[in-house]
Amino acid sequence: MSEWLERHVPKVVLAPSFVAILFFVYGFIAWTAWVSLTRSRLMPKYDIEGFIQYERLFAAPRWDTAMNNLFIFGTLFIVISMILGLLLAILLDQKIRTEGVIRTIYLYPMALSMIVTGTAWKWILNPGLGIEAMVRGWGYEDFKFDWLVNSDLAIYTVVIAGVWQSSGFVMALFLAGLRSVDGEIIKAAQVDGIPTWRIYSAIIIPSMAPIFLSAFIVLSHLAIKSFDLVIALTGGGPGYATDLPATYMYAMAFSRGDIGQAASSAMIMMAVVFAIVVPYLYSELRAAKND
Amino acid sequence: MAPILDIKNLKKNYGSTEILKDINVSIEPGDFLVLVGPSGCGKSTLLNCIAGLEPITGGSISIAGQDMTEVSPKDRNIAMVFQSYALYPTMSVAKNITFGMKVRGVDQATQDKKLQEVAAQLQIEQLLNRRPGQLSGGQRQRVAMGRALVRDPALFLFDEPLSNLDAKLRVEMRTEIKKLHQNLNASMVYVTHDQIEAMTLATKIVVMKGGVIQQIGSPAEIYNRPANLFVADFMGSPAMNLIPAKTRANGGATEIVIDRPAAEPLVLKDTQNANLPADVILGLRPEDIAEAGYRSGDNVQTADCMVEMVEPAGADTYVVSHLGGKQVTARLHAETTATPGAALPMAFDLSKVSYFAPETGARLN
Amino acid sequence: MTDMTVTNARSGGLSKIALRWILYILLGIFALYYLMPLFVMLTTSLKSLDEIRTGSLVALPRDVTFDAWRTAWSGACTGIQCEGLQPYFWNSVLIAVPAVMISTLLGAMNGYVVAQWRFKGANIIFSLMLFGCFIPFQVVLLPMATTLGKLGLAGTIPGLIFVHVVYGLGFTTLFFRNYYVTIPQELVKAAKVDGAGFFRIFWSIFLPLSLPIIVVTVIWQFTQIWNDFLFGVSFSQAGTQPITVALNNIVNSTTGVKEYNVDMAAAIIAALPTLLVYVVAGKYFIRGLTAGSVKG
Repeated sequence: MSEWLERHVPKVVLAPSFVAILFFVYGFIAWTAWVSLTRSRLMPKYDIEGFIQYERLFAAPRWDTAMNNLFIFGTLFIVISMILGLLLAILLDQKIRTEGVIRTIYLYPMALSMIVTGTAWKWILNPGLGIEAMVRGWGYEDFKFDWLVNSDLAIYTVVIAGVWQSSGFVMALFLAGLRSVDGEIIKAAQVDGIPTWRIYSAIIIPSMAPIFLSAFIVLSHLAIKSFDLVIALTGGGPGYATDLPATYMYAMAFSRGDIGQAASSAMIMMAVVFAIVVPYLYSELRAAKND
Repeated sequence: MAPILDIKNLKKNYGSTEILKDINVSIEPGDFLVLVGPSGCGKSTLLNCIAGLEPITGGSISIAGQDMTEVSPKDRNIAMVFQSYALYPTMSVAKNITFGMKVRGVDQATQDKKLQEVAAQLQIEQLLNRRPGQLSGGQRQRVAMGRALVRDPALFLFDEPLSNLDAKLRVEMRTEIKKLHQNLNASMVYVTHDQIEAMTLATKIVVMKGGVIQQIGSPAEIYNRPANLFVADFMGSPAMNLIPAKTRANGGATEIVIDRPAAEPLVLKDTQNANLPADVILGLRPEDIAEAGYRSGDNVQTADCMVEMVEPAGADTYVVSHLGGKQVTARLHAETTATPGAALPMAFDLSKVSYFAPETGARLN
Repeated sequence: MTDMTVTNARSGGLSKIALRWILYILLGIFALYYLMPLFVMLTTSLKSLDEIRTGSLVALPRDVTFDAWRTAWSGACTGIQCEGLQPYFWNSVLIAVPAVMISTLLGAMNGYVVAQWRFKGANIIFSLMLFGCFIPFQVVLLPMATTLGKLGLAGTIPGLIFVHVVYGLGFTTLFFRNYYVTIPQELVKAAKVDGAGFFRIFWSIFLPLSLPIIVVTVIWQFTQIWNDFLFGVSFSQAGTQPITVALNNIVNSTTGVKEYNVDMAAAIIAALPTLLVYVVAGKYFIRGLTAGSVKG
């Protein structure tokens, strides 16, 4: 018995976590998938009825808005964060004496809750007392910056706050990437008399392709899961103007009592995440195996 | 005397890959067994199997007369020194050495006494309070040895313990391990890919390749009478000259005919070996080819050879010429007058010759 | 890592000095951009409501008052209750501390197994756990709500601890696994020959080595759990809400006069613990961030 235990103790130790993950992740995904195929409303039902929930979902204008918003928000959030992050990383890579302090300043928003970030920006972007009022106070009486309460533009305020929060993190990723480029290659290029900007554009940045990929994965993951930021900043409004799939799902699950819609929208989110993350993880794990 | 280590028909597979195939080795108490071979030959796996760190697929292992096939490492009465030394990084040298005793519940007084003995033996008394990170490579090596010595096991296992040291230190530690073996009269199994280490340390060598034992023997046997082409080529530096040749019987002797570029074939007469097949590979160590006049004996043949290259190495001078389509290295005395491009009369000591079958690589004489 | 000087091919001359200036000005502007919201929050929280209505967003407070802070801590209304953030702050502490400890401990054990005691299937298990890190949690909200109800944990702090432990396991395991994988396997072998078993080796050899990764993991988990809103808002009830939920309720409560200074003070209070961690142990915080995103 003790021999057996000794040999199997690693499995015994891993087992509870494994069972928990199996049940609470994969089992729950299966449950949600199942329920998304039923007529569940206030209470879950378990008779499979086909894709009616998905049909309802795609017919709902609110879901349409949410997906559109995800596309707008996701694209801008990822692109701007990446550009800004790369720019900041390159600027900081120039032997800056106060690099530590500056890096700390650029990155601190990442330590904040999205709720805090949303609250802060909600105040700053508030037309009555925020930036708009401030600029008007400087004498520009016609200045208008009411994106937060403008149905067409409110989604861009989410982009502003999201970029503010995450771009420093992208900078940290890129900075680590810049520093890990083989120094001898750069020395060789310098000896060859290649100008600095060419060294960046032709040697360093192309060699950071894996970091771009990582940053893209993390940012898109953040974008799809974005929930707190919208809740705190706009509450999904005005109206449903800044709804994202995550807020739509939450509203269906907990305020509308429409479990079928909640499950089907969650499954769509899951599908989007997997479409992005699975190929990435798969290649990472394969690379790890070949190490 | 019963063998201290007896391995019978050992097999080891990873999935469908056979790592070790039918290994049979046994050693007597006091033996220093060296497992040698190129990387990937299975020698380290075999050592791990002996230690019980890897389960085996078939066969049996017994240590000091006890069947240990299914026994866990801690109960095998062994101690092991690893390539990376595997010192516990957060423990002091003293704790590293006594950890095993502590785990086994040895009382503090005995621990201290043994620690002092071993530390004195290895001259590491002044290091006992340091952490492994503060030690040099050679010192770490000593501590790793100390950890093994303090166990006083039936069998010591060494997994390439010197390969992380620089060349000079390696030679020093080699000598020290040899001294230790002699003083303790302990039984040891030692894995290395370095054939010089194998030759200098072993009382018995196992040459492995592809999970198969190629030859077991004393260093002299392995060196002088390699069992096949692989062993002949692997053991010895510079390597044994392996020259394709044809043979023909001539009375009681055999004539060996070796092609050479732009000259008549070289014909040597071997008076000791007969009944050889028509095609052979002739193996002759560099030191068995000398400048004419520097080697004499019943079976020494002299012939002129074209010198291609001269490589002085201090104590000796290596001379390279071309025979049978191969570069042939001869080890001459340091004062030789050999010059590249000139012919030099050379003596081939055929009393030391090995013959191999070209197809199978097996030894013929 | 390469030396900084290497990536920094500079040419001499006047243009060089000008470039340096531009560089520093750019860096300064960005620093202002990142600091501005914090500055605005802080100044607003120290102003009276009157001053906020009449003054400019970025002006320093004329009369510094801590009333808003007092209200935010102990008097602000989250819906019908008006006890300020205080009780919710302690809720978050009660949730975060055990959840961080349990998930870190389990992650350490799991990582130790996956990295050093590989067995057939261990890699598949690890991959499954890793995938679990990436799911959008919306997909488990509904069944988790049902399950917590069945376990009698719905709306309780132990329920939230449980949820955070389960969904934090993937990351904590990943952190420890990636750390332990760099430790040579020979260490375990040597300890086995020395007679130590699974737990002894973990306790005597691996745990003493693990301080850096424990710090990284604890910081990561603490930040995640303290800042969580989705689980908090989904699985808590009136008395058990974490601070993020309470903050959102204060800010979005529609009753009475909008007290922006209280909102800002409350936001800062909610952010203080994680900000403090960031300032004290920023190095480890960043290491966690990058380790959590790049496979390390």
